Amino acid sequence: MALSGMRGLSVFISDIRNCQNKDQERLRVDKELGNVRTRFKNEKGLTPYEKKKYVWKMLYIYMLGYDVDFGHMEAVSLISAPKYPEKQVGYIVTSCLLNENHDFLRLAINTVRNDIIGRNETFQCLALTMVGNIGGREFAESLAPDVQKLLLSSSCRPLVRKKAALCLLRLYRKNPDVVNVDGWADRMAQLLDERDLGVLTSSMSLLVALVSNHHDSYWSCLPKCVKVLERLARNQDVPQEYTYYGIPSPWLQVKTMRALQYFPTIEDPNTRRSLFEVLQRILMGTDVVKNVNKNNASHAVLFEALALVMHLDAEKEMMSQCVALLGKFIAVREPNIRYLGLENMTRMLMVTDVQDIIKRHQAQIITSLKDPDISIRRRALDLLYGMCDVSNAKDIVEELLQYLSTADFAMREELSLKAAILAEKFAPDLSWYVDVILQLIDKAGDFVSDDIWFRVVQFVTNNEDLQPYAAAKAREYLDKPALHETMVKVSAYLLGEYSHLLARRPGCSPKEIFNIIHEKLPTVSPSTVAILLSTYAKILMHSQPTDLELQNQIWAIFNKYESCIDVELQQRAVEYFALSRKGAALMDILAEMPKFPERQSALIKKAEVAEVDSAEQSAIKLRAQQQQPSNALVVTDQIPNNSPPSVGQLSLVKVPSMSSSVDHNSADPGLTQPNGTLTKVDPQPTSPDLLGDLLGPLAIEGPPGPAAQSEQNMVGGLEGSPGAGDEAAIVPFGEPNTVQPIGNIAERFHALLLKDSGVLYEDPYIQIGIKAEWRGHQGRLVLFLGNKNTAALASVQAIILPPAHLKIELSLVPETIPPRAQVQCPLEVTNLGPSRDVAVLDFSYKFGSNMVNVKLRLPALLNKFLQPINISAEEFFPQWRSLSGPPLKLQEVIRGVRPMSLVEMANLFNSYRMMVCPGLDPNPNNLVASTTFYSESTRAMLCLTRIETDPADRTQLRMTVASGDPTLTFELKEFIKEQLVSIPTAPRAPAPTPPAPAPPVVQPTSSAAALNDPGALLAGLL
Amino acid sequence: MIQFVLLISRQGKVRLTKWYSPYSQKERTKVIRELSGVILARGPKLCNFVEWRGHKVVYKRYASLYFCMCIDQDDNELEVLEIIHHYVEILDRYFGSVCELDLIFNFHKAYYILDEILIAGELQESSKKTVARLIAAQDSLVETAKEQASSISNMIAQATK
Repeated sequence: MALSGMRGLSVFISDIRNCQNKDQERLRVDKELGNVRTRFKNEKGLTPYEKKKYVWKMLYIYMLGYDVDFGHMEAVSLISAPKYPEKQVGYIVTSCLLNENHDFLRLAINTVRNDIIGRNETFQCLALTMVGNIGGREFAESLAPDVQKLLLSSSCRPLVRKKAALCLLRLYRKNPDVVNVDGWADRMAQLLDERDLGVLTSSMSLLVALVSNHHDSYWSCLPKCVKVLERLARNQDVPQEYTYYGIPSPWLQVKTMRALQYFPTIEDPNTRRSLFEVLQRILMGTDVVKNVNKNNASHAVLFEALALVMHLDAEKEMMSQCVALLGKFIAVREPNIRYLGLENMTRMLMVTDVQDIIKRHQAQIITSLKDPDISIRRRALDLLYGMCDVSNAKDIVEELLQYLSTADFAMREELSLKAAILAEKFAPDLSWYVDVILQLIDKAGDFVSDDIWFRVVQFVTNNEDLQPYAAAKAREYLDKPALHETMVKVSAYLLGEYSHLLARRPGCSPKEIFNIIHEKLPTVSPSTVAILLSTYAKILMHSQPTDLELQNQIWAIFNKYESCIDVELQQRAVEYFALSRKGAALMDILAEMPKFPERQSALIKKAEVAEVDSAEQSAIKLRAQQQQPSNALVVTDQIPNNSPPSVGQLSLVKVPSMSSSVDHNSADPGLTQPNGTLTKVDPQPTSPDLLGDLLGPLAIEGPPGPAAQSEQNMVGGLEGSPGAGDEAAIVPFGEPNTVQPIGNIAERFHALLLKDSGVLYEDPYIQIGIKAEWRGHQGRLVLFLGNKNTAALASVQAIILPPAHLKIELSLVPETIPPRAQVQCPLEVTNLGPSRDVAVLDFSYKFGSNMVNVKLRLPALLNKFLQPINISAEEFFPQWRSLSGPPLKLQEVIRGVRPMSLVEMANLFNSYRMMVCPGLDPNPNNLVASTTFYSESTRAMLCLTRIETDPADRTQLRMTVASGDPTLTFELKEFIKEQLVSIPTAPRAPAPTPPAPAPPVVQPTSSAAALNDPGALLAGLL
Repeated sequence: MIQFVLLISRQGKVRLTKWYSPYSQKERTKVIRELSGVILARGPKLCNFVEWRGHKVVYKRYASLYFCMCIDQDDNELEVLEIIHHYVEILDRYFGSVCELDLIFNFHKAYYILDEILIAGELQESSKKTVARLIAAQDSLVETAKEQASSISNMIAQATK
């Protein structure tokens, strides 16, 4: 079929196809681009036809992967051509070349709108299609009402209305405010009565998007969805052209069932009954047939039906029917069905109590782990991970280990992490756990993160029974040739601590142990050498009576490293050498590590946080979070946390900290002490919570005392996790809390200022997650209270202490949270006016005899009520000038700013929802940002901010904030200041607001002093 | 929702791209490069789904062409697989047993047809007949315009003789 009329284009395409190699192709393309460019330059001589031809050529070149950085304007201008052929090309090429963020699109808004409201149906279609495909926020704001009119119009033909429905869907995704929930619920229900299946399919997609956000407003659509489903699946009442391989529009069936999954339940018994009838029919009536497409289509419907059944928590009978089906699917030959069977079985695990039935298929699932298709292997791994519990952990983990040696690299990391987590969560006994991790390191050392081996060390240290076993295992591995470096680390560490327990066994004398470890030294990196040096010191200490030969050997090594260029190694060598000459005192100094305070596994914690972050509206996913780790291991080593360190009494010396070799994030102040300085340490019980995960498990060598604590505080101070700051956030209630939070509350809070979902608080018993949606001056937060235990949490109480400017309604919080359950508490927030005050959640619960009470700041700050807005120079300058001075426009010079590059600062502003508008300020060192503030008293209020930085001194800047409301201006200015001066700021106590942490020097703008300021000169430019 | 549609030949040449989410030029190139690496390397008897950067790519090979659609994690994979087939059937009906050459020289037609099937990454029309009718109507509009234009130019040519 020849290309209608455009010979030039066909010739060009043939030329390209005839090119022998890439170079020739590039030459031809460059020539053509040059040609098109010159033709576009004198645009006057160009007929619409030629323009059209060149624009197509551009698109073709673009598709070949070449940069086409001109001609966008020409493509956009074709949109306003009066004739259909040109207009069509303009719309299509524009929507392929540009994306919604492109400036040129803005130029077309008016033309597009004229086409949409015009009478020409074909033009309407073109315009709706383009807006539906690449329309952005601006399109949403200016076109949504017109698009809605078309969708609802009775005079429009279906071909326009179905496009309008999807176009509206796009606009809604870009800006949910364009669909007014109250007004739309009824119209949406009406749309579902539509007879034309094209319009109905499009409308159903729209409904899915709407209910996923506001299921409560669209109740009236529920019975209609069920009707649609009945019409399709039961009555097969559709025109012939809408059946696909004999199946009545499978797509519409799938969409409808998807929409139904967003309604929490179906209360009306009649509706429920008819729905279950249809579902039952789908579940039972779907057979495997020969035709691939028919098979795919009917199974698309079937899998969606399965998901809906799971969501509705159907009767046990129907559930087991589903599991039986899935069991059949995971064994079929057709790879797609096998893949989906595994995927849906994983989903099913999360929803209902069908673990036992699924376990029957374990062998089959393990076979899938060896499937030739990586997609299927991934699904099998996920499913095995999900179905693992104490009863089958041994089998599953061993399978994973076995598979590890042959698995492809793309999967090894995930595989080893999952094996490690499962081994830890469900270990039947600890020696097995040690075996697993050591095998893991042996087989896939590159993929085993430090967290994993740290954890082994923690367990071994805390369990005396385990120590000889672990040491013996480590000794065995050392005999292997070609050892992974991580294995060297962990065995050296274990043998340093516990090899004396093996002394009587063959090959385990201090000297033999030393020799075999020392063999590895030439091949390892400095961080491992550091561990080896500690090991030598420990071996030396344990060899009593002193073996002089060994001692000399080790001393020679210490001597050698005394002049090492690596400061860590040097310091260790010097100090160990000095210490080891102290004779008997060495015994006390280098004694065994005290037990570690019990804490949650870093791995599991990571996995949990990731789960909360990905929380979506879907009920299936929300419930998935209820899967909490078993505390199988925690039970085995319940050591009182506050037991005094076993070797505390006589120690006068702090052994050099190893933290820098372990934890690369923290600058360890301990290292800055002069070599060999002896710090006096008061023996005193440690409070374990201070030694957070920051320092890593190996940080406490020797009894942790004040020195360690001050270190922690230093580090905390640097990273904004001050102990003192936290206390402001958690106020002890009655007696001091004995439960300590996991992670840093202040940091969590600050992270939540920038994003809308995450963990607000966590301790060993409970995790409080939060998910928020903000619309103008209103917000909807959901608190996820997850009980992590196998016992219920009682006396749960949540009280909101709102500041004066926020109206907050918290729904009922249940008094008890059942074991391993998660409850959701929605929270409605209305912003009454501008203020920086913070709402506080006073939360308490009782676990056993522990009464825990925390006061948590809610991340509902000023910035959540901002809506970024892109503003052009023509809009900006008049506004800026009209807000002429205090109190509407305030200026301040801020010093002590956390230094950051301009780009970082721009990012920071953007993430606080103030949109940085580049190009408005001629000075490249300045930033201009605009945003809209929403509150009940001010309504939408434009806020403009300008930051003038001094490239010579990043710690100071001048800020000007302007808005139409004096309080807003002041509060916004202070808010930005707080964020700039120190991020995160030290947490403020709840209202009333204390001054910002590091009070910056405030200079009145009008004063003469300001004129000497470099910023003042810059200001003259605007 | 469908994030984007790609048509890639077995040699890795791009025959059509359509982006329903805002990807920059750079990201587009990267995505195409990465995905052609993943998909072209897959053997014939594997499933039609590939997990990729938190998304899923549903693909199907027709002769020398791979049709790929990228969807969200929890979208229905088979439904999308059949959207691909639906598109291919319509192309087939339009061109009369379509081949890669048709789509190379008439790539703009492939775009027109796709726009009648998908908008905003969602299925718009599931009736092949309706789509065929709409495309035919578009074609005739273009034809009429051309005839008018040529008749005008004829008139001008005659008048200036």
